Amino acid sequence: MIPLSWYLLVAALLFFIGLFGVFARRNAVAILMGVELMLNAVNINLIAFWRFRTVVNPLAPPPSGWAWAIFVLAVAAAEAAVGLALIISVYRRRDSTVVEDLDLLQH
Amino acid sequence: MTFLTFLTSLTSEQVVFILASILTIGAALVVVTNRNLFHAALALMASFLGVAGIYITLDAGFLAAAQLLVYIGAISILIIFAIMVTRRMMQVSESPFNSQRGLGFFVAVAGFLIVAVVILQWFGGEAFAAKPPVAPAVLSNAVAALGVSFVNPNAFALPFIVISILLLAALIGAIYIAWPRQRIDPAEDEA
Repeated sequence: MIPLSWYLLVAALLFFIGLFGVFARRNAVAILMGVELMLNAVNINLIAFWRFRTVVNPLAPPPSGWAWAIFVLAVAAAEAAVGLALIISVYRRRDSTVVEDLDLLQH
Repeated sequence: MTFLTFLTSLTSEQVVFILASILTIGAALVVVTNRNLFHAALALMASFLGVAGIYITLDAGFLAAAQLLVYIGAISILIIFAIMVTRRMMQVSESPFNSQRGLGFFVAVAGFLIVAVVILQWFGGEAFAAKPPVAPAVLSNAVAALGVSFVNPNAFALPFIVISILLLAALIGAIYIAWPRQRIDPAEDEA
């Protein structure tokens, strides 16, 4: 018997670990990895609420939690593809992937 | 209750959940702290594997399979390729953190504590103490129902089309952005 709060706590911990990665890492690829961790945490919450609430609700379409989780998955894939393409493009021009070096718009 | 009696009181499902959670959280900590980006990417794959285990404890086997295929099979490999094609990213000499790591750590810990207090206060009740029983037919039919809901105009047909176009546009944009152009002189670029 696993209470819903266990899932929510694990997801919250994963989300804030990812948030710390986004805040504190220097490398753009590491920041993207932090974003992926945060998206995974959101997916755990979606599936947990689906299992505890939606699946026993006769008015909801049966796998609605799954559908949203798959949408998050597709957005994560698109985000990773565009993000990594941007990183490779920036690396070609500036020879660096450290985000602190990318201060062109400040000057 | 001592820790030992807590351990012996665990059901097998709880043991699976706790092991998957430890894998997920431990690997995630390695991801955000490891100096070597390649090792961080491998830890990211382990973390995704732990999340797939959590999905299985939630009776979402299809999503666990999708997690393995999309996250571990595609996104992690894409990240590893990006690490390998950019030189000097695997160096381990300098700090992996920027100057705002202290503030970032404080915000992350404070945010987690706030959310944890809210979760423990509002979701500790009887209604959420255990997974509600569901007929096995509903769960075994869920994949078919998911496929139907993606083409049903009253369910997810429109979001499904929108997400398809988003993914297509993102992939075309990624190809366009990463397409090799003529070599740009960095000195000229600085000026």
